Amino acid sequence: MLDTALKGKQGYWGLLIFLLAVMGVGFGCYLYQFSEGLRITGMSRDVSWGFYIAQFTYLVGVAASGVMVVLPYYIHDYKAFGRITVLGEFLAIAAVIMCLLFILVDLGNPTRVMNVILYPSPNSILFWDMIVLNGYLLLNIFIGWNVLSAERKGVHYPKWVTPLIYISIPWAFSIHTVTAFLYAGLPGRHYWLTAIMAARFLASAFCSGPSLLILLCLIVRKFTKFDPGKEQLRTLAGIVTYAMILNVFFFVLELFTAFYSQIPGHMHSLVYLFAGLEGHGKLVPWMWTAAGFALVALVLLIVPATRRNEDTLAVGCGAVIVATWIDKGLGLVVGGFIPNPFDRVTEYWPTVPEVLVTLGIWATGFFVLTVLYKIAVSVKEEVSA
Amino acid sequence: MGVNRRSFLKIAGLSTLFGLGGKAAMDIFVPGELEAKIKAVPLTEGKRWAMVVDMHKMDEKLMDACIEACHHEHNVPDLGNPKEEIKWIWKEDYHHSFPGQQHEYIGDEIKHKSFLLMCNHCSHPPCCRVCPTKATWQREDGVIMMDQHRCIGCRFCMAACPFGARSFNWGDPRRVTEVKELKALNPDFPKNTDYPTRSKGVVEKCTFCTERLAKGQVPACVEAANNVNKNALTFGDLADSDSDVRQILRKHYSIRRKPELGSEPNLFFIV
Repeated sequence: MLDTALKGKQGYWGLLIFLLAVMGVGFGCYLYQFSEGLRITGMSRDVSWGFYIAQFTYLVGVAASGVMVVLPYYIHDYKAFGRITVLGEFLAIAAVIMCLLFILVDLGNPTRVMNVILYPSPNSILFWDMIVLNGYLLLNIFIGWNVLSAERKGVHYPKWVTPLIYISIPWAFSIHTVTAFLYAGLPGRHYWLTAIMAARFLASAFCSGPSLLILLCLIVRKFTKFDPGKEQLRTLAGIVTYAMILNVFFFVLELFTAFYSQIPGHMHSLVYLFAGLEGHGKLVPWMWTAAGFALVALVLLIVPATRRNEDTLAVGCGAVIVATWIDKGLGLVVGGFIPNPFDRVTEYWPTVPEVLVTLGIWATGFFVLTVLYKIAVSVKEEVSA
Repeated sequence: MGVNRRSFLKIAGLSTLFGLGGKAAMDIFVPGELEAKIKAVPLTEGKRWAMVVDMHKMDEKLMDACIEACHHEHNVPDLGNPKEEIKWIWKEDYHHSFPGQQHEYIGDEIKHKSFLLMCNHCSHPPCCRVCPTKATWQREDGVIMMDQHRCIGCRFCMAACPFGARSFNWGDPRRVTEVKELKALNPDFPKNTDYPTRSKGVVEKCTFCTERLAKGQVPACVEAANNVNKNALTFGDLADSDSDVRQILRKHYSIRRKPELGSEPNLFFIV
């Protein structure tokens, strides 16, 4: 099937070349970081994780959300999603690849990364994250590829794929639960030390991922002969709506616990994020932007007329992506480090090379996604022709 | 028969007359006695090392001397930037050493006093729990160690440490010998050629001077403090009920940083 990725129109090649260029710039910046060390980033001894780990966290959610098309199709026999399961799986592959790259660029000693396997440490959540992420990547490659090639040949996919599909469903939940446990088990980081962290992660994943999938489906429909289908988009929109409501609800639960109890440690990070602390408030405009977009998204998604209209649905999905990205890809990680263990505020802002490395990895993900979607769409077009 | 200072000198002096070295003479006349005496300070055999900081005996100057001794011993560079600061042992005011325990009516004496902070060498260390490569671990004597040759630089331990006791080499620390403005801050780096300098991308921290413990010496900061004011810093074994630290902790009320987190810090402050 790989051959279908090599035959494309000008727009396809143009997009790939553009992404390759961004990847090249990012790679150049990474070489600079590799030789100078992470001091070229905005991170510090107080905010010791930044943009990279935040993107990683966000994208694990996108990867996990693939299950939102797989589960209804295989468990509830919701036939309509059969058309787009492969799109969900291929999105998951691209997202996991980005996750792994973000971890790698965040390491101070990337050449020693194999130490995680050479000295396995089951007490470390990072060890388990390595296992679940790589496992999820392999599962999606095997499942997506086999199901798609069977579809191309007009046969049922091989029997041995079935158990893999059923394993992949709880596995998707596990990747984001384990990622939440990276944060939720650390003493002294009050913003993260919350039992609802994994639930919040899953809720935000299941609204942001399917939102992205809806936008991708609309793009696929516009630029190719394959139509992911009206009903499919409508069902996805319903999933996004419920998940976004849960996501906001869970966040409000955090607000209640912090501010009704009035325990300073529980309030400080939230105060920093939404009002500023001790005169520092770099993230305040961002967090209110997120709140605004969340509100817009909720209105557009909950009102049936705007949810069913694909144009307003697209705007709503975009708003979900912006809101959840700021919440998880910026506020969650940085906010957890502020104030620091001494109750002091050291702020964080990514540097230019750091942002370029980040863009390079996003471009890598979209490169993989473009190629995989090209293959999937070519097969779909071929079958229906 | 015990060997006190007097009898040691007598035997050593007499035997020197006969052309025998001190230790050799002891081995001939009272075999095993000298070793037994050295073991009375079992710095190589502790079970749970701890340190007590007596704030009554501490002042700014003495803390600076402790910090200087540590930085000298371990080649801790001054990178001239708080974001990149490498901290093994440092000063911090009361409010920020014990956040949550301060109140506005506290006396100026405590409020404006610096506290001497370092790694707590916790009994239940969160940092070791999260390390994905066992690059940081708890030794049998309780010291939390770092293997800078195994550390992949993921900084999970820094997120896990509730005390800010871990520092990351954001850049190459050895550049202080090359970069002009850093050269001025670190004129004779590395000061101690017997202790390794670090490379970029690894985490480091206080190790209770394991390299000195192995030689039967107390940590460098303790030695520096005791040279000026005895028992300003006391280092000892919590597992030994007769140890100095146990006696001091029995006699005086002491506090620890963030005990509510359950990591069981082994750094105590008498206030």
